[in-house]
This record gives sequence, C-alpha cells and structure tokens, in this order.
Amino acid sequence: MGFDFQVIVDSLPFLWKGFQYTVQLTATAAVGGLFFGTLLAMARLSSFKPLAMLAAGYVNLMRSIPLVLVLFWFFFLMPLVLQGITGAERPPPIGAERTAIITFILFEAAYFCEIMRAGIQSIARGQVHAAYALGLNYWQAMGNVILPQAFRNMVPVLLTQTIILFQDTSLVYVISATDFLGAASKIAQRDSRLVEMYLFVAVVYFVLCYLLSWLVKGLQRRIAVIR
Amino acid sequence: MAMIEIRDVSKWYGAFQVLKDCTTKVEKGEVVVVCGPSGSGKSTLIKTVNGLEAFQKGEILVNGIPVHDPRTNLSKLRAGVGMVFQHFELFPHLTVRQNLALAQVKVLKRAKDEADARGVRYLERVGLAAHADKFPGQLSGGQQQRVAIARALSMDPICMLFDEPTSALDPEMINEVLDVMVELAKEGMTMMVVTHEMGFARKVAHRVIFMDHGQIVEDAAKDDFFGTPRSDRAQQFLAKILHH
Repeated sequence: MGFDFQVIVDSLPFLWKGFQYTVQLTATAAVGGLFFGTLLAMARLSSFKPLAMLAAGYVNLMRSIPLVLVLFWFFFLMPLVLQGITGAERPPPIGAERTAIITFILFEAAYFCEIMRAGIQSIARGQVHAAYALGLNYWQAMGNVILPQAFRNMVPVLLTQTIILFQDTSLVYVISATDFLGAASKIAQRDSRLVEMYLFVAVVYFVLCYLLSWLVKGLQRRIAVIR
Repeated sequence: MAMIEIRDVSKWYGAFQVLKDCTTKVEKGEVVVVCGPSGSGKSTLIKTVNGLEAFQKGEILVNGIPVHDPRTNLSKLRAGVGMVFQHFELFPHLTVRQNLALAQVKVLKRAKDEADARGVRYLERVGLAAHADKFPGQLSGGQQQRVAIARALSMDPICMLFDEPTSALDPEMINEVLDVMVELAKEGMTMMVVTHEMGFARKVAHRVIFMDHGQIVEDAAKDDFFGTPRSDRAQQFLAKILHH
C-alpha cells in the first residue's frame, strides 16, 4: 500500500469544511478573547484592589491548567452544574461546537489579558496625564488614547498568540468537533489512510503558520521603523 | 476671588514628604513663575492644581471650585484648565488636527467641523497651520510643544498651567515656544509656569515663586525677586542659573 495522493484529493471537500470550522473558531476566539482580555487587563490595572485581585485570580487560574482540561470541564462538568442550577432531570448537553467557542474565548482571554496589560503599561504615564488634563474621563482616555496605542504596540505579539491559538484549536478533536484535524482524522480511521491524512494536515498547518509568522516578522520590522 | 488658590497643601509619597504646607495664589490675569532646583516639588505642585497628583492635606480652589473635594467633577474642571507638559504629550497615533479636535468633540461636545475649524485657527496662531495633517512624530520638538499649546487653548481654558515647557527642547527651539507664551501672557491669560527660563520671568511674570525641598521659600513680586532682598537659597540658585 503506497502513498496515495488520490485519497487526499477525494477527501478535499470534507477537509475544506473542517478547515473552515477551524478558521471560524480561531477568528471568533481571537476577537472574543481580545475583547474580554482587554477588559480583564483594565481590571487587573484598576486601583480598586478587589477587582484587580479577582482578574488576577482568573488569569492565573486559566494559565495554570491545561487547555484540554478546560474543554473537559465545559463539555462534561458544566452540564452537571447547569443541571444542579436548573433542577433538570438530565444534564443539558452544551454541545461540542458551543463548548469549543466558550472554552477558547475564556482561555484566550487570560493570555490576551497579559499581552494587553503589557501594552497598556508600555504607554508613558504622561500620555494618561495629558488625556486627563484635557478633561477626558477614564473610559474616554482608555478608548481614544491608551488602548489604540497599546493595541498598536502589541499587534505582533497578538498575532503570534493568534497563530498559537490556530494550532491549539485542533484540541477540539477530543470532544469530537470536526475541525480540520478532526475531519482528517475521521477519514484516516474510515479509510485506514493514516499516513496520507496526517502528513497532509501537518504540511498545511506548517505552511500556513510558517507563512503567517514570517508576515508578522515583516510587520514587526515595519512598526519598528515608524516609531 | 483668586483664579488658583493653594492653601497649606502637603503631600507624601509614603514617609517622604514632597510638598510641605504650600500656600500661594494666582490672581485672574496674573502670570506666576515657579522655579527651584530639581526635586524641589514644583512639578508636583503644579500637577496638584488640576488634580493629576493627589494631596493628603490642605485645599486647592480653581475659580472657586475645590479640587480636593471628591464630589467635584474633576474631568469638567480639568477641561477648563489648559496644561502643557515637559514632554509635549501629543497623542502620537493621531494627526495634529485630530489631537486638537479630540477633547473638543468628546468633552465639550462640539461638532467635528466646529472643533476642526477652531483647532486650525489656533494652529495658525502658533504658526503651524501647514502641518495640520502631519503626525506629531514628523514635527520638531519646538513645533510639537506649540501644537500642545494650541491643543490646550482650543479648549478655551480659563487659565493655563505650564510644567517645564522648554526643558526637553534643543536650545535653538526654546525661543519659538517662549514667544508663543509671552504673547499669551500679554493677552492677559492667567498662567502658572514652572520653568528655569528667567528671561521669560523677567519679561512677563508678575510674581516669582521659589521652591526648595517641597517648600515655598520665596513668593515675591518679580522686581523684588530679581532685586536684592531675598533668601540665601534663592540667591544661590539664581547665581547658578543666571551665570550662563
């Protein structure tokens, strides 16, 4: 049984569906994670200590447990919790795709939080003073002066984190969601074509991630010139 | 009623006292220069006036409004008090035009066109209308500081605070900024200016305050300050900076 390219070609439509799901999950988790991560970062830097501690606790918790475990929590344990709350007869299933979205947004928020925190802290104190001196309030100063600069400074790191996220989404395989790797895996099992499928998937991941990293590096250089 | 009234203001960083019972006032239309060696607390003092620095004791009134009162709407008070910083602090991600319009639109709720027109008018005043669409990073230090002054003026402030406005500038750019400030002083703007530029003080100041170790050591009319009767510390300081 030699290497059969035809297997890959035949399964392309199915793989494409899985790939679309992977991209969709990555994009949703990146946007959601960035949004909640930014709020978390603001909370961590808040002068109101309980809020800062709560945010820090959340971030440290998320960063100290494996991602697979968080996936399991939501997939297997959350229904039990919901059952306890609602008093339903059977644990209401959350479903693989919803579990994946919720988990990745919550998990990535912790990592994006730390990036945005560094970004906010990289802005000189004088900028904050200037914004306040003009009469801007906290939210106006954040939204118009601090966050746009913090975000711009952090674009390369944020993109690098998103590339890692793109690879990490393949973990949804453990809750049987059909992402790119999941799709390839299903065909590999069905047709006993493990070599073709797992090699093809690896090549696609490698080419994409390598290309993206290379683009980020170029972007980094361009931003460095502007400053 | 004085425009700025500072009464017995003290401030501590932990156990270290940076301001010690500072009391002074700036009348409407008055130009007051604050000088003193570095670390004397003069920058801290001027930043307490619009509440950028908190203080633990004493009170400050700006146009009768208490800065130290937690019920005071600080943003509203600050919007009426222009401030110019040592390092300009223009917003680098916005063009000069956007820098001038931002707070007018967000804080004073002016229409975009109106804010823009007003901003350009002040840019013309400081001689920089041609640079409206550049980013701050494309301007020289002196130009940036003039934009910063225009930005503060476009909010129609009732008084202006200057925190070492020329200290970060190359020598050949200092005068272009001082010229704008002198003009402003002559128009009757109320100004509190932390600076080492004694030429500026001589030309337009009404009073000069000398600070050392967090204390106001001397608070005198300009002619008295530059005349003979004054404290030893102020004399030594003047001798050092007037030499060159």
